[in-house]
Amino acid sequence: MTHPSTPSQPERRTFFHWLTYAVGAASAAILGVPLVGFLFGALRKKEEQWVTLGKVSDYPQGQTRMVTFDNPLRQPWDGMTAHTGVFVCYLGKKGDKDDFRVLAVNCAHLGCPVSWFPRSGLFMCPCHGGVYYENGDHASGPPPRGMFPCVWRVNKEGKLEVQAPHYPSLQDTLQKPAKV
Amino acid sequence: MKRILAWFDARLSIRESLLPMLTHPIPRGAAGPMGWWYVFGSASLTLFVVQILTGIALSLVFVPSAAEAYDSLIYMNFDQPLGWFLRALHYYAGSGMVVMVLVHMTQVFLHGAYKYPRELTWVMGVFLLLCTMSMFFTGQVLRWDPDAYWGIAVGASMSGRVPILGPYVVHLLLGGPVIGGDTLSRFYALHVFLIPGALMFFLAVHLWLVLKRGVSEPPVPGQVVDPNTYDAHYEKELQTGVPFLGEPLLRDALVSALAVIAVVVLAAVIGPKGPSGPPDPTLSGANPRPEWPFLWLFALLSLSPPAAETFIMLVFPVVLIVVLFLVPFVSRRGERAPSRRPVAVLSVLVLFTTLGVLTYEGVSAPWSPKMTAWSGDPVPKYLLEKKRLPEKSPEKKHWPRILQGAAVLQVKQCRNCHALEGLGGQRGPDLTGIGGRMTRDQLIDQISNGTPGGGNMPAFGKQMTPAEMDVLVDFLTTLRESDQPPAEPPTQVAGTAAP
Repeated sequence: MTHPSTPSQPERRTFFHWLTYAVGAASAAILGVPLVGFLFGALRKKEEQWVTLGKVSDYPQGQTRMVTFDNPLRQPWDGMTAHTGVFVCYLGKKGDKDDFRVLAVNCAHLGCPVSWFPRSGLFMCPCHGGVYYENGDHASGPPPRGMFPCVWRVNKEGKLEVQAPHYPSLQDTLQKPAKV
Repeated sequence: MKRILAWFDARLSIRESLLPMLTHPIPRGAAGPMGWWYVFGSASLTLFVVQILTGIALSLVFVPSAAEAYDSLIYMNFDQPLGWFLRALHYYAGSGMVVMVLVHMTQVFLHGAYKYPRELTWVMGVFLLLCTMSMFFTGQVLRWDPDAYWGIAVGASMSGRVPILGPYVVHLLLGGPVIGGDTLSRFYALHVFLIPGALMFFLAVHLWLVLKRGVSEPPVPGQVVDPNTYDAHYEKELQTGVPFLGEPLLRDALVSALAVIAVVVLAAVIGPKGPSGPPDPTLSGANPRPEWPFLWLFALLSLSPPAAETFIMLVFPVVLIVVLFLVPFVSRRGERAPSRRPVAVLSVLVLFTTLGVLTYEGVSAPWSPKMTAWSGDPVPKYLLEKKRLPEKSPEKKHWPRILQGAAVLQVKQCRNCHALEGLGGQRGPDLTGIGGRMTRDQLIDQISNGTPGGGNMPAFGKQMTPAEMDVLVDFLTTLRESDQPPAEPPTQVAGTAAP
């Protein structure tokens, strides 16, 4: 670090060397920190949102059917990619409250969309043959658990609302808003 | 003209830097017949250049927006002049590049060219393989059709299984809480900027190493690599070497040109791949499949027992990659000729056989139910004909029940997993001869309870009425050879030994 032609370095030169390193480090930091922050921006929590799925009276009791809607967790430029489906079945009244079963279409194995077959009362997954019963319980095949139930509620106007589903995975089910 | 070139060269100093590189000597043996084995690296590079050129062309039209990607691809397929050809070429040159990279890697492995002092060249090569496969995977996502969309879903679900960090990895992969525009943009940046950048870096180091450490001489049985003596031996080889700028370069050029012609012809004849449909996740009938280089992994995971799945998903690929990296360190020295390396040759044979079988399974995917079989695959007519069974058969008195049973078999989606005469799903056994194999009670038991513990077959006990079960089993017991009696349990006559 000492200049080759002088036997010892004046303190001022050492000070300015260290100042240069400090400025360099500062510039790297103020460039780097926001960049890294941006790259990890996908990990920012999104607040929970609710989607209205129609009046309770629209759903005949005991009939499972797929309902589609535009997921509000979308970006404005998502187009048809934001179309999301859930399986809804009105279970009748539980006490004096309406009871529903709302299941995500994603198979609990690896996420492929399951198809509902009303005649046999089974959900079947095309990817690896996972099968579920009408209540979402695992019937056969590789899925490690039953289908993912969604959080729902009936609002004051008597309409079914479902919490906008994020992509479900085994450690991040739909019972709460996205973990991340 | 010569004066103009001389003017440039006086400033660029190309003659004094580049010419020695081009005319560097390579071992004489590599210029002989054995030299034809050496062309695959440059063929891979040529196809990579084709990918860059076609990729740039595509990027002038493709819109990486979730709402518009599909439209821009349809425009390229049908409206853009030669758009279909560019799309097709980008796909087939990409496939060709994967093939060339695998052939190149296998050749290097079998000729022991990764041994001292070229271990680092191999390591760079493994990075290049990973980059190539990543390009293929991210490229499929850009097609943004149902295969791509659900392929990403599967990738996200696999990442979600990483302990503790799972949800974070998922959201980083997807660019948010759902699959959408953020996901496509992310994969676009990866496919166009990040991975090509990494690839070109590794390529630069790889080529630098090939230049500096030299092209290996063809292996000779008995000539072992000894790190203490190899350098001197190679120096001697080079003294009788031939310049690269000449026959060897021409060979590389010939095979590269043939590779280009091959992929161009494939592209022109077969046409572009997909998109297989609009990226609407609510469209029914989705049957996603990964691209061909990944079918072996798809099959491996589908055929694994569920308990081993997470391990195979997350740990096995890492182990495989680490093994690839360690090859030149485990076998740094010794014989190079394949005739003296039975373990190496056997490993390659076993590996490619396994990959081939798994890829074949991945294509037919027998574990997937055939979702349209219940309505699209009728019961073979001859199975419904009363005259098929002999005169005295008891079923003939109640034939309408048999027909009703056949209807139940279809309506309850049994055909989605079970074939009749080979027509239908492959997940469960073909039921054509089931009446001769299982008794009535066994059939009722199997259908009602399925595979206990949630194995391969669901329990249909509550999925049909007792009357439906009755006629269904009636039908199934008629599914046997005409001269075969229905299956009966073995009987034990009192006083005789059990059979």
